[in-house]
Amino acid sequence: MMGKKLFAATIGAGFMSASVQAADLEVIHWWTSGGEQKAVTVLAEEFNKLGNDKWVDTAVALGENARALTMQRILGGDAPGAAQFNTSRQFEELIEEGLLLDLTPVAEKEGWTDFIRPSSILNPCMKDGGIYCVPVNIHSAQWLWTNKKVFAEVGVKEPNTWEEFLSVAPKIREAGYIPLAFGGQGWQERHVFDVVLIGVTDEAFWNRLWKDKSVDAAGSAQMRKVFETFGALRQFTDAGAPGRNWNDATNMVITGKAAAQVMGDWARGEFAAADKVAEVDYGCIPGPSKRPYLTLGGDAFIFPKSSDQNLEAAQMKLASMMLSPYIQAKFNNTKGSLPVRADVDLTVADACMKKGLALLDDPKASITPANAYITEDTNGQIQDLVSTFWNEPSMSVDNALAVFKGIIEDAE
Amino acid sequence: MATSTKVSIPRRAKRVQISSLLASTPMAIVAIGVFVVCVGYSVMLSFTKSRLFPNFNWVGLDQYERLWGTSRWVVSVENLLIYGILFIVLCLIAGFFMAVFLDQKVRFESGFRTLFLYPYAMSLVVTGLVWQWMMEPSLGIQNVVQRMGWSSFEFAPLVDPQYAIYGVLIAAVWQSSGLVMALMLAGLRGIDGEIWKAARVDGIPTWQTYLFIVLPMMRPVMITSVVLLAVGVVRVYDLIVAQTGGGPGMSTEMPAKFVIDHITARGNVGLGMAAATMMLLPVLLVIGPWIYREYVRPAKH
Repeated sequence: MMGKKLFAATIGAGFMSASVQAADLEVIHWWTSGGEQKAVTVLAEEFNKLGNDKWVDTAVALGENARALTMQRILGGDAPGAAQFNTSRQFEELIEEGLLLDLTPVAEKEGWTDFIRPSSILNPCMKDGGIYCVPVNIHSAQWLWTNKKVFAEVGVKEPNTWEEFLSVAPKIREAGYIPLAFGGQGWQERHVFDVVLIGVTDEAFWNRLWKDKSVDAAGSAQMRKVFETFGALRQFTDAGAPGRNWNDATNMVITGKAAAQVMGDWARGEFAAADKVAEVDYGCIPGPSKRPYLTLGGDAFIFPKSSDQNLEAAQMKLASMMLSPYIQAKFNNTKGSLPVRADVDLTVADACMKKGLALLDDPKASITPANAYITEDTNGQIQDLVSTFWNEPSMSVDNALAVFKGIIEDAE
Repeated sequence: MATSTKVSIPRRAKRVQISSLLASTPMAIVAIGVFVVCVGYSVMLSFTKSRLFPNFNWVGLDQYERLWGTSRWVVSVENLLIYGILFIVLCLIAGFFMAVFLDQKVRFESGFRTLFLYPYAMSLVVTGLVWQWMMEPSLGIQNVVQRMGWSSFEFAPLVDPQYAIYGVLIAAVWQSSGLVMALMLAGLRGIDGEIWKAARVDGIPTWQTYLFIVLPMMRPVMITSVVLLAVGVVRVYDLIVAQTGGGPGMSTEMPAKFVIDHITARGNVGLGMAAATMMLLPVLLVIGPWIYREYVRPAKH
């Protein structure tokens, strides 16, 4: 008897929850630093306010770990409700295998293709007429963050190019500061490498190398200059760099232990969280480069397909919310990134963000990130090479160039 | 032959046979399904051009060619050899000494036993993180000792590519030697007291008794320890991810990490499976026959 009653009660509860139509939407992301957490909390809180659906937060430190987890969960049949990726080819195969929810219905209704700018940021999401991801922001990687006080104290000018940096760095070191705050993790080494690459070459070279995968470019004298400049930076970092998180390195600039750090515009969130004022306490230099270039990458969310109608409705709702003008403004102001739509209130944008916005309007200044052109496999090979080269000064530039050329030759 | 067996087996024995057959069927299915079929499938994939998803575009030995031409893989294998050999040897030595220490009928034996075994209760991720912080040059042990006055003291292996692997080794030995101690202590306690009396009558010093009489008698315990440790070596992954992330550079990369990185984030299942197959080979070629010799064959005598 008892058992029967219990059974009936369970069934009843099941029906009840179905009629409320609430779903738990698990979101995997790698926003774990102080500034990033504030930004993701905006999304979570606003989503929970929309109705009975709940944002279930799964934060995983380090992008590659988070992406690996998402892949494993999707392949293992235990997909999350949504997951963060970079706006790139990282999730291309998930689309090809039909594992992602097609967002076309909501995209057409709201006219995503009309207001998302630059339109190239939507390219990785589109495949065979469907739209499979939601770009939430635009991040540019090429920034040198400086501590104004340190530069004033040492009495040198903030560098605009890598040549200038290499000439002022010894003076900064003599004055007892670490010239370059550096985090020795594979992706950060690769990041600085790419910034140096565009800094000492130009847009045409960048496209020849990544878009056309030109072997000539990969083995050229310009590429040699890139490796040499990159290698010359080693001496200006401190002994504790290996394994350091990027935000810990940013903190060295904030606290005045180090003079500068190469990091994407997401570092701005850390300065803001520490109550520092742009262009007063800290400086932001696009590049360093003869001519400023910004890569237009960013973060995007994918929504794995599910058989649960309620979950699918919640996914569509989240996708739509992420692009709404209100959320775009609130989220990107907190995160330090640029919104993906132009009709957003940016009155609170600070000096550094305004610099970025101005460059965004200059079509000659924007380049597409390398990982939009090359596969994660190739990207990983380059990261391994760059990381080895950085950590083993005994590796010659010739050797590194030869390996690099080989990787580009095999790239798909 | 078959019919005669049938006749000669009494009814009860036959029933037992059927029930034991029934009982072992699930295990047999799991063993064949998981080990043989899955391993076979993995090996098969290593000959394909599978990216994130398995496919059957055969490419022969291409993946193996690329694998052995990849410096990261070669470094991983070298690291595994250095780490594996030192890890097993150091764990055995440390475990044996701790067990001998406890065997001296010391006071608070159970307290020490818990203390020595405690690190083993900790996950490798926690172990890795704790040791990463202790080896951090500006926050960890080095900083503390330097501030106490010994300003030339240096202990930050993880930031130096040349020594990082030994930093990982220290953490691993710290974590695992307690297990060896527990096994060895059980072995020591199993030694007949008469042997100790006889050794004493013959006037053999205690250390010689341990080294030349007791230790050889503990051969089965040693083998168990080595097998358990060796399994831990081949699959070392979480410790690396937590403690160094494989860096600085490639200096603490390990084969298991290579496999997992390539079948997930890097989307190259073919290459990852080629690496996994290479990891399986030494197990099949060396450890398999050895276990057979030590365990399976003597049982048949």
